[in-house]
Amino acid sequence: MSLGLIIHFIERIVKWLMPTWLRAWLANIVLSLSPILLALLFTTLILVAVGAPPLEAYRNILSGAFESPAKIADVVAACVPLILCGVGMSITFTAGQWNVGVEGQIILGAIFATWVARNLPWPQAPLLALMLLAGILGGALWGMLAGLLKIYGKVHEIFGGLGLNYVAQGLAIWLIFNPWKPADGATMSGTDLFQDPAWMPHLGNLRVSPLAVILALTVVVMAYILLRGTRWGLELKAMGKNFRSAFLLGVPSTPRLLTAFAVCGALAGLAGAIRCSARYRRMIPQISGGQGYLSLLVALLASYRPQWVPFIVLFFAAVGVGSPRLELNMHLDSSLGGVLEGAVVLAVILVNGWRALLARRQARQSIGAGLMPAPKEELA
Amino acid sequence: MRVELVEIKKYFGPVRANDGISLTLEPGTIHGLLGENGAGKTTLMKCLSGYQAPDGGSIKVDGQPVAFDSPAEAIQRGIGMLHQDPLDFPQMRVLDNFLLAFDRRMLPDRRRGQATLRELGARFQFDLDPDAEVTSLTIGERQQLEILRLLALDAQVIVLDEPTTGISAPQKVQLFETLHRLAEEEGRSVVFVSHKLEEVEELCHRVTVLRRGKVTGEAEMPYPVDRLVEMMFGRSLPPAECLPVEPGPVVLQLEGGTIPSYRLTVEGVNLQVRAGEVIGLAGLEGSGQRLFLRACAGLERVTSGRILVDGRALTHAPYRRFLEAGVAYMPAGRLEEGLVGGLTLTEHFTLAERKGPLFIDWEAARKRASKRIRHFNIVGQPESPVEALSGGNQQRLLLALLPPRPRLLLMEHPTRGLDVESANWMWQQLLARREEGTAIVFISADLDELLERSDRIVVFYGGRMTTLEARDATVEQLGYLIAGKEAT
Repeated sequence: MSLGLIIHFIERIVKWLMPTWLRAWLANIVLSLSPILLALLFTTLILVAVGAPPLEAYRNILSGAFESPAKIADVVAACVPLILCGVGMSITFTAGQWNVGVEGQIILGAIFATWVARNLPWPQAPLLALMLLAGILGGALWGMLAGLLKIYGKVHEIFGGLGLNYVAQGLAIWLIFNPWKPADGATMSGTDLFQDPAWMPHLGNLRVSPLAVILALTVVVMAYILLRGTRWGLELKAMGKNFRSAFLLGVPSTPRLLTAFAVCGALAGLAGAIRCSARYRRMIPQISGGQGYLSLLVALLASYRPQWVPFIVLFFAAVGVGSPRLELNMHLDSSLGGVLEGAVVLAVILVNGWRALLARRQARQSIGAGLMPAPKEELA
Repeated sequence: MRVELVEIKKYFGPVRANDGISLTLEPGTIHGLLGENGAGKTTLMKCLSGYQAPDGGSIKVDGQPVAFDSPAEAIQRGIGMLHQDPLDFPQMRVLDNFLLAFDRRMLPDRRRGQATLRELGARFQFDLDPDAEVTSLTIGERQQLEILRLLALDAQVIVLDEPTTGISAPQKVQLFETLHRLAEEEGRSVVFVSHKLEEVEELCHRVTVLRRGKVTGEAEMPYPVDRLVEMMFGRSLPPAECLPVEPGPVVLQLEGGTIPSYRLTVEGVNLQVRAGEVIGLAGLEGSGQRLFLRACAGLERVTSGRILVDGRALTHAPYRRFLEAGVAYMPAGRLEEGLVGGLTLTEHFTLAERKGPLFIDWEAARKRASKRIRHFNIVGQPESPVEALSGGNQQRLLLALLPPRPRLLLMEHPTRGLDVESANWMWQQLLARREEGTAIVFISADLDELLERSDRIVVFYGGRMTTLEARDATVEQLGYLIAGKEAT
């Protein structure tokens, strides 16, 4: 018996057993979960191939991420910049733009915040507020630059963004090695620690800043409202789905594009400011730490919906915090976590591709089944 | 080599581009494929040259059925096509373009390629520099390169899709000489796809006429031109009654404009449209009417002259200024440039309002949407995504999205693909607006519609404009003008 027949048979039984809505709901869940299962399958195969017990590896990652309050706090802290950048990218993706310049926007945010931290001897509350605002400003300007290059220079935003990332990286290294170099000589470990008031307060002994978490969650809610409830969000959505139609319907595309880039840059800049104030407490060359590229995957997996971003980020953050445990306990390289993350992304894209293919095929079948109207009658 | 197309069918969604077309290509002949745009000529030739697979019917080469999965397979069997826009790589040199097709090995033999290119070029007096970049070539020269490429691959059947658009007069003479030699001296068959009667008359041995996806006639040349016109455009109806015009103030004024484009330049554009007037734009696709219409909306660059809307000069103003001045533009591609696939009807109405508070009251928006959906007889829900609507309902939605009282309404093919009833409804709506003082300029390929609905008709041919009063014109006269012939 062929596979097709078996599937057909199962379909018949399922149809007979379940009402339509339940079936649609279940099918949706299965389809949504299938990328994770696929990715786990793939990673398991790799683990088996290198002779490591898979279950133990997954257990190690999980316990590395969640076994103690300190670990959980680390995961939550790791979520914050990813959420900010992921939400920002969701906004530019909604407008149809691949804003890969997020890395550079994080760096610029950190640079602006560092300047404030180093130069203003203010008390903690106003100083932190100004650092965060400076970060927002730096990121927004860098984001707008990518937008301006796109609109007035006809530079595709992917190339413009990548180029600006290198410029930002160079700028950060120059600052750290020249005007901002520590008294005992410049190193790749960054500037001196900031003055105490420039440190974002942590929660007790845990390495997580409640303020940062609150900011990130507020941003999620605000972005959700902006995209769902405002004319601005509707116009971005229209541009992203069909730029020409949106233009002809009268959407002012230039200002909308620029604001989308600016908002995404602002969120990335905020992430940069938080990373240097709450995590490193100084400016370091790798301040962006690949968060920009990771958040691109986050936004893709969230289908550009801000409300889904925190959940997807939680997965990435947990794998990131948990996988060093593999090295300690099992002598596996911690990059296995990266393999797992990459496999999930690939599997999601693959499954989405299949779903689209399936939908197209169904549409074609329904056309073949007699929905095709007869041509206009010839004039005799 | 003898090629037969038998009952070829090709559907695009609900559109029957080819609806059972049969024709035979004999060796040694130049076969004309005539028909207005959208008749199915290019679709048929793309099926023949392996560019797309037909949905039904068969292709036979010397009596043997063949099926091509790609143009590469077709050219292996000796069938090659010259597309309307040259399919070359403009950034590369002439020789590299030639080698791409001619020598597919890992390490192509450049010297042999160059020799072949020179020898073939000399045979037809094509003066192509192998080292020139393709960007520096004229369209005619790029076409010559394509012909040489097909000859180097030993194509026995050569299809040319509208090859005379965009080439100079001497290049055209040279092209026709070449085609004659290919057919008469070398025994190849040439398919000449065109909508230009004059050229078909001059060049072809046989002609097949298509109309709306079907063969409407076959003829050995020479053949009476009026019969060909009839096959192309259908039998003419008695002229419909003209509607009375009550001209208001001048809404749109064009003074000596030039609209340049890559292919075609529309020159000496002079036109005055008054409030309440309806102007029909006729012409085969690519004759300049679309450039003209888009220039009236500020969507095409005008290099000289002036455009005035309600007396205000808007010559180099951006599209948004035209919108604000009360110009509304309705494009032909519904889901390509009119509507946004994936957005709902409510979202469309909200977008089209253009102004409003930052925060959208979706409940109120939904109510407004349902009201307009009822008013415009659209079969659909406020929550339906636009791609779920049928073509006719998408067209109604486009109309519903226009601002309530535009000064000037510019439309491409307002009733294309609609059944008679929907088309009548559409015109009722348009004429109601006209009574409110809206000036209407529309493009149509339907001659009856043009004659019936317009006050004046502007015919475009190769960028030239001829204006006639609709009440004095006939379908025959229009058909001649569209095909570039003076009526006799």
